[in-house]
Amino acid sequence: MSNATKTSIHRDVLGASALRPDGAAKVSGKFEFSSDLHAEHMLWGATLRSPHPFARIISIDLSAAYKIDGVEAIITAQDVPGKKTYGLISSDQPVFASEIVRYVGEPVAAVAADHPETCRRALAAIKVNYEVLTPITDAELAMLPSTTQIHPDGNLFRHQRIITGDQNLQGEIIVEATYEMGMQDQAFLGLEAALAIPDSGGAGVEMFVATQWLHEDQKQIAACLDLPLEKIRITLGGVGGAFGAREDISLQVHCALLALRTSRPIKMQYGREESFYGHVHRHPAKIWIRHHATRTGVIQRIESRMVFDGGAYASTSAAVLINGVTHIQGPYKCLNATVDGYAVRTNNPPCGAMRGFGVVQACYAHESQMDKLAVACGLSPVEIRLINAMVTGDKLITGQVVESVAPVERCIRETDAIEMPAPLARNANALEIVGGSGLTSLPHNIVRGVGWGVSIKNLMYSESFDDFATARCQLQNGVVNLKFATVEVGQGFVVLAPQIARSVLGVDEVIIDPVDTRIGSAGSTSASRQTWMSGGAVDGACRLVRQRLFEHVGTKHNIDPLRLVIEDTDVVDMLGDFRISVIEASTGVFIDETFEHHHRPTEELDENGQGNCHVAFAFVAHRAVVDVDVELGLVKVIQIATAQDVGRVLNPIAALGQIEGGIAQGLGLAVMEEIVLDNGKMRNPSFTDYLLPTALDAPQVIAVMIEEPEPQAPLGAKGIGEPPCISVTPAIAAAIRNATGRDLPRVPIRPQDICL
Amino acid sequence: MSANSEVYDLNVNGQKRQVRDAWVGESLLYVLRERLGLPGSKGACEQGECGSCTVIMDGQAVCSCLVMAATAIDSKITTVEGLTQDDSLTAVQDAFITEGGVQCGFCTPGLIVAIEHLLDNNPDPSQLEVKEAISGNICRCTGYGRIFEAVNTAVTTRRATNL
Repeated sequence: MSNATKTSIHRDVLGASALRPDGAAKVSGKFEFSSDLHAEHMLWGATLRSPHPFARIISIDLSAAYKIDGVEAIITAQDVPGKKTYGLISSDQPVFASEIVRYVGEPVAAVAADHPETCRRALAAIKVNYEVLTPITDAELAMLPSTTQIHPDGNLFRHQRIITGDQNLQGEIIVEATYEMGMQDQAFLGLEAALAIPDSGGAGVEMFVATQWLHEDQKQIAACLDLPLEKIRITLGGVGGAFGAREDISLQVHCALLALRTSRPIKMQYGREESFYGHVHRHPAKIWIRHHATRTGVIQRIESRMVFDGGAYASTSAAVLINGVTHIQGPYKCLNATVDGYAVRTNNPPCGAMRGFGVVQACYAHESQMDKLAVACGLSPVEIRLINAMVTGDKLITGQVVESVAPVERCIRETDAIEMPAPLARNANALEIVGGSGLTSLPHNIVRGVGWGVSIKNLMYSESFDDFATARCQLQNGVVNLKFATVEVGQGFVVLAPQIARSVLGVDEVIIDPVDTRIGSAGSTSASRQTWMSGGAVDGACRLVRQRLFEHVGTKHNIDPLRLVIEDTDVVDMLGDFRISVIEASTGVFIDETFEHHHRPTEELDENGQGNCHVAFAFVAHRAVVDVDVELGLVKVIQIATAQDVGRVLNPIAALGQIEGGIAQGLGLAVMEEIVLDNGKMRNPSFTDYLLPTALDAPQVIAVMIEEPEPQAPLGAKGIGEPPCISVTPAIAAAIRNATGRDLPRVPIRPQDICL
Repeated sequence: MSANSEVYDLNVNGQKRQVRDAWVGESLLYVLRERLGLPGSKGACEQGECGSCTVIMDGQAVCSCLVMAATAIDSKITTVEGLTQDDSLTAVQDAFITEGGVQCGFCTPGLIVAIEHLLDNNPDPSQLEVKEAISGNICRCTGYGRIFEAVNTAVTTRRATNL
């Protein structure tokens, strides 16, 4: 059941468009996703969820469900042997609700049965008697002291201020507005799935899970099961995308509990509707922001009040909030700030990690403001951004100095230099026209608009969290085995890791061992961190192995090991004629080294939001060109031009794929993607009603990668996963404003926002 | 589920396959994946919106999640597993790898089947025809750019091979 992969390609070193080692399996349908896993005598598991956003559980009657043929077990809160709750930062979410349900979709019970349909019938036969309470679904209301506390931990996940500089400064130019963002879903295609196989005697469990962070899952599952860590062994099940939604526990604990209860393997997998209920989403946010600037457009002070709706449970809300408040200045110089941020508990679905992690909300607000400021100062969108562009060495509103390479001006100028698309042709095919094949748009109603967005994004985890990564490298007979717990969600670490080994060790054949908890943690595949962190760990382990190989060759051939280098696939004496292939040099030896990569320490913010809380930053600019049918309110994104600060390109084709993919997700947030909530209930938990960009929505993307190697980064490369999806959303919104003249203070922008 | 079980045959990838112990309401996708050992077709929406489960049924690209398996007994079905007879790859599959059309890979089998079907019927499609043909296949990772490139490459390869 392992997804162990083997590569042997001609010198696919760092910088080459090396091909994915899992590519052939994925194109032929042979790659095992977690939903494809099977075990002998396995049962299916399923979850009963609350239909109410806020209710008291009066009673649960399982008797009718137990009478159904094929039902093997039903478990509720009382069957959780260990900790009754879990959570990434604060453990406030019940494995199963016992007294109160706090959101629609909260797990109440789980069943194991012989067929998915038996499970469905059993769930329908469980009788839960609820006393329905009035849900609190407005974050502002939830914050009031007089409002019912939804949870014993209270309704405020976190409040953070940033106070710096002159608190009374008034600019010659002042622009302000309130911006809102709806709830976005990660909508990965590979639904949540896991297989749990119990050890005989119930002493432990072997799990195969599609997750983002094996060791964090292990820790949380073990606590809930009251078992030692080593009794929960997790192997990565094939992951069909993640985008943040697999960082929290979903079905892991339920699946393990059912396996131990029945002493049989349990497979659980969500359907699409259940997936919408079963994972966290991007936080809806409301951001008031006021900019003070000189008449020439120089930003002097920012005031902001940011409210993030975290939904019913904490997840990563506290960290998302910090990203929001610390990025509200955008990639611009600013010395004075007064910022208040609140992450709030409501009876809405829980929110947590999604690509961009709090910066998406902040960016939409600050970029919308930049355009307002440009108008107020009589400048163009490009001019206002260039005037204020941050550089390396600038001090952020948190007091942290930007030590990262910060090519903000270059990002803007190189984006600006990209050729604009041709005007819409008179004889354009219907599919090229906004509205598409329905032939709904009349040419005289179509207006073209252009808009800008620029962003700054922190890389890795912040606020004193040591999110290290571990990797092991073994060399024998010219073949390298790499082992790590780094989760491949599609981003391409499985292609990058062998590239690193080939570059450092001069080998061609690199085998990736199964990704599991039998090695130290690699941290989460999130926060644009794995190339830097796990890449750094693989690089470090390979360098240790290389040093030992040089010592071995040096001893054998009587050469000072310090004179040896790797050249292509050979070990070479820099000062002499000695040359031997790595294959020959490593024949008959076995070198085994493990390395942990840690980034530099960071600090927590103080009560005024001051502190070196982030590790590093990446920057990107986006320019959007849209066609808008101003009568019908329809939008077609024609082109996205972008220049991204990537540090160093390690795999051009993989980097481009990240950029294009991120842009599509940012486009979705701009014009179509939103979980519609009605008093705490999701109105559109399906792919029929939650709209995602299709091939026909994909704009032309022209991307420039700005390579200024980052000195702090082990490979010189910055994380590239999140930046593409951040400033593209405000760029598209700005382009629609440009076409329509409307304010559009909320995304996604719906047809009625444009034409009514 | 023995009370409702049925036995019937399906013609899948050129082979007669007996389906046993099936519940009559099972979708073709479920039967392919869970009863016939063909997990290449993927389930991601159960509503025919995402195309991950695309198979060819009597010459048409269909979402197998929307087909009741028992109604497909007289149909010829081709799944991603049936595109080649051995471990070789089609021009489309190969191009997906070389052009970076694969990331997480969950949408990939359905997309490959949809594109094979397109090129079999229209060997030299325009860019818009490609976009329209795969607009029923959602990819969440790539933003489609590398997939368009993969189709272009596959068209060229197929043309060269057929000359």
